[in-house]
Amino acid sequence: MIINNYIFIGLLLLAAIAFALAPILVARLIAPRKRSRTKSEPYECGVLTLGETWVRFRIQYYIFALMFVVFDVETLFLFPWAAGYASLGLFALVEMVVFLGFLLLGLVYAWAKGVLRWV
Amino acid sequence: MTAFAVPTSWIFWAQEQAVELDRGLAVRWGLWLVVGFLAVFPGIVAYMVLLERKAAARFQDRIGPNRVGPLGLLQPIADALKLLTKEDLVPRGADALVHLAAPVLVIVSAFLMLAVIPFAVGMAPVDLPSGVLYLIAASSLSPLGVFLAGWSSRNKYSLLGAMRAVAQLVSYEIPQVLSVIPIVLWGGGLSLVAIFDKQADYGWFIASPPGLLAFLILLVASIAELNRAPFDIPEAESEIVAGFHTEYSGMRFSLFFLAEYLSVFAVGCLATALFLGGGMPIPFARFPLNLLDGSLARLVVVDLILLAVFAAKVFSFVLLMIWIRATLLRLRVDRLMNFAWKYLTPLAIVNILVAGIWYECVIRPGALTLGRWLGGTLVTGPMVAGLVWLAFWVNRREWAGEAAGPGRPSLEGARPDWETPGQTGASPQRAH
Repeated sequence: MIINNYIFIGLLLLAAIAFALAPILVARLIAPRKRSRTKSEPYECGVLTLGETWVRFRIQYYIFALMFVVFDVETLFLFPWAAGYASLGLFALVEMVVFLGFLLLGLVYAWAKGVLRWV
Repeated sequence: MTAFAVPTSWIFWAQEQAVELDRGLAVRWGLWLVVGFLAVFPGIVAYMVLLERKAAARFQDRIGPNRVGPLGLLQPIADALKLLTKEDLVPRGADALVHLAAPVLVIVSAFLMLAVIPFAVGMAPVDLPSGVLYLIAASSLSPLGVFLAGWSSRNKYSLLGAMRAVAQLVSYEIPQVLSVIPIVLWGGGLSLVAIFDKQADYGWFIASPPGLLAFLILLVASIAELNRAPFDIPEAESEIVAGFHTEYSGMRFSLFFLAEYLSVFAVGCLATALFLGGGMPIPFARFPLNLLDGSLARLVVVDLILLAVFAAKVFSFVLLMIWIRATLLRLRVDRLMNFAWKYLTPLAIVNILVAGIWYECVIRPGALTLGRWLGGTLVTGPMVAGLVWLAFWVNRREWAGEAAGPGRPSLEGARPDWETPGQTGASPQRAH
């Protein structure tokens, strides 16, 4: 029967999930279970939690996430280029200089705009 | 039904990695899954924890665990038993399902990373033609797990830790991914087996100026990806207790712990396979591979040599990580982000071009000779040194205040990390 190599990845995925869940299940069986209201409070150094936990965060975190998306997608373009470079020749290197120049320009722009400052 | 027949070319998402399922393949896959992934790797990782505890103790002039069994060798088993008998707690108000899914996701990420590592000749669990890309995809699952853990716990420390973790992980993922591109360039493909073969012909990839720079970037970025000291702000014990896993106890906590060390192991294997020539003992020699003559006995001997050397390299890498953890202090958050975006990312981007030049000087002309290697080093070496100097020169103002002497870090314009709904808009003035 002809099958696909990626099936191994699928099997491994199942094995990993089983590997993670099995000890939790075993712990369910043999660990003590004594529930109490105090014990299930969120831990805040012994003080009762005050106010809402799921709050709005500063914009800084999202800006970095945005930067990440931009660069990660641009990085993806580099992989086919790198993998096929052997048959592309020197001109591909010149083209990549231009492309990476744009990438760096984006970084320099963000830098100059102060987006990369963490305050 | 012919109208619905799927053209074979549609299956390209899986790159048509067709293999014949016979008894040999079934046995091999079964062995990898049951013996490799469910027994050997977790075993190695359990003893890595002991190694770290022992080594860290020595760095701090202590002895470390030595009570359970001879030299404390049974400590991992004792720890596992202890954690197994701890109560499984889910805090009130937490999202129970996500709270459970988070550690599973982190474990899955670490496991999947190990699936394409070529440990020796014919000893990669699978040889995917998209190996490197697959590795990156697998490793970027773990930030998701970390974030889900912090979010679902409904604990302020956890959420703060999770936000910090995600900001750090996504920032360091860019240089990590970029530092691998020179390897793909030189290896001529994404398959890790092809990259290993290429290193047999052209020497370990670390033995070149751009390769060395890429390796150092990967090392730093990997430590940050693993949330290990000096990049452990997301779980800084002294300020946010344990960050994203504050609310995890018992077996769930130990899953995070296991996943962290599994990732350390996986990153060690990754660095060894990509930069340190896999199991090759000598940088520029085909040494154990030239013994192969097709006979099984020779293959076993060669594989044993390769496995031993591979293990030694991973062990050294892990020791290096422990050493760094024991030596360096935690970075301040603005320095941490600066280091990813203002040093590592530009360096990694330009390093790709230097790697291209190295390819033209050394790999394109044909077989490796000392003259070509020296020529390539003379051309790219000064470039790499200049780039590193330039990166520090551009950022020189950051260090200017530091040289003047110890002082309070500038908190001008600093604001708290989160906004409670009442105080959005104008930034609250800090009372001095």
